[in-house]
Amino acid sequence: MVSLTLNPIDIRSVVDGVTAPESGGIDVFVGTTRNHAGGRSVNLLEYEAYEPMAIAMMERLEAEARRRWTVNRIAIVHRLGKVPVGEASVVIAVSSAHRNEAFEACRFLIDTLKKEVPIWKREHFTNGTVEWSGVAAEAKHE
Amino acid sequence: MNIRVRLFSVIRDIAGFDEQTVVVPPRADAASVLRKLVQAHPALDPWKGSVRMAVNLEYVSSSHPLKQGDEVAIIPPVSGG
Repeated sequence: MVSLTLNPIDIRSVVDGVTAPESGGIDVFVGTTRNHAGGRSVNLLEYEAYEPMAIAMMERLEAEARRRWTVNRIAIVHRLGKVPVGEASVVIAVSSAHRNEAFEACRFLIDTLKKEVPIWKREHFTNGTVEWSGVAAEAKHE
Repeated sequence: MNIRVRLFSVIRDIAGFDEQTVVVPPRADAASVLRKLVQAHPALDPWKGSVRMAVNLEYVSSSHPLKQGDEVAIIPPVSGG
């Protein structure tokens, strides 16, 4: 199951969604808004997505994880819009009969999501400036 | 051919639009859409080496041939998670 939502993510319900009687464990990754970036103080992050492609790619990641590991259920939920410090921007939950598969699949899913899925975040700093994440670094090597 | 172009994030902010239909010659490739965009918006020039192209919701190489009605997205470095 993959989804994008403008609302706060209910972590408990994501975990419930991957619970399966044949599973021996559930691995959960929760990505949260950190209060600093590049030495500057952050108020909130604001996410946008190329939504149909993001959904299609998250589905492809789920299929790829299922091909590589024996897992029971997978949930990938990404929040869009403003996410204040401490709140979850992404939750990935994987259930499997044995924990190794769940850990490995979950790690693959978050690592690949961050590299491939067309979602972008803008950092809102406490001094009032707003910048697309990573843009300053990109401009430097031009 | 008519191609629907979609821009996101920093690229959209620089170009000043999020969606546009452009006309390209038959058998044009994905890179030709980016070249056209950079010609119209020279401030995008520093970005042309770091964006990826997607056609109909899939990443493609710059030589990917386009067809009438394709949706081409210019994807700046992603930062989800």
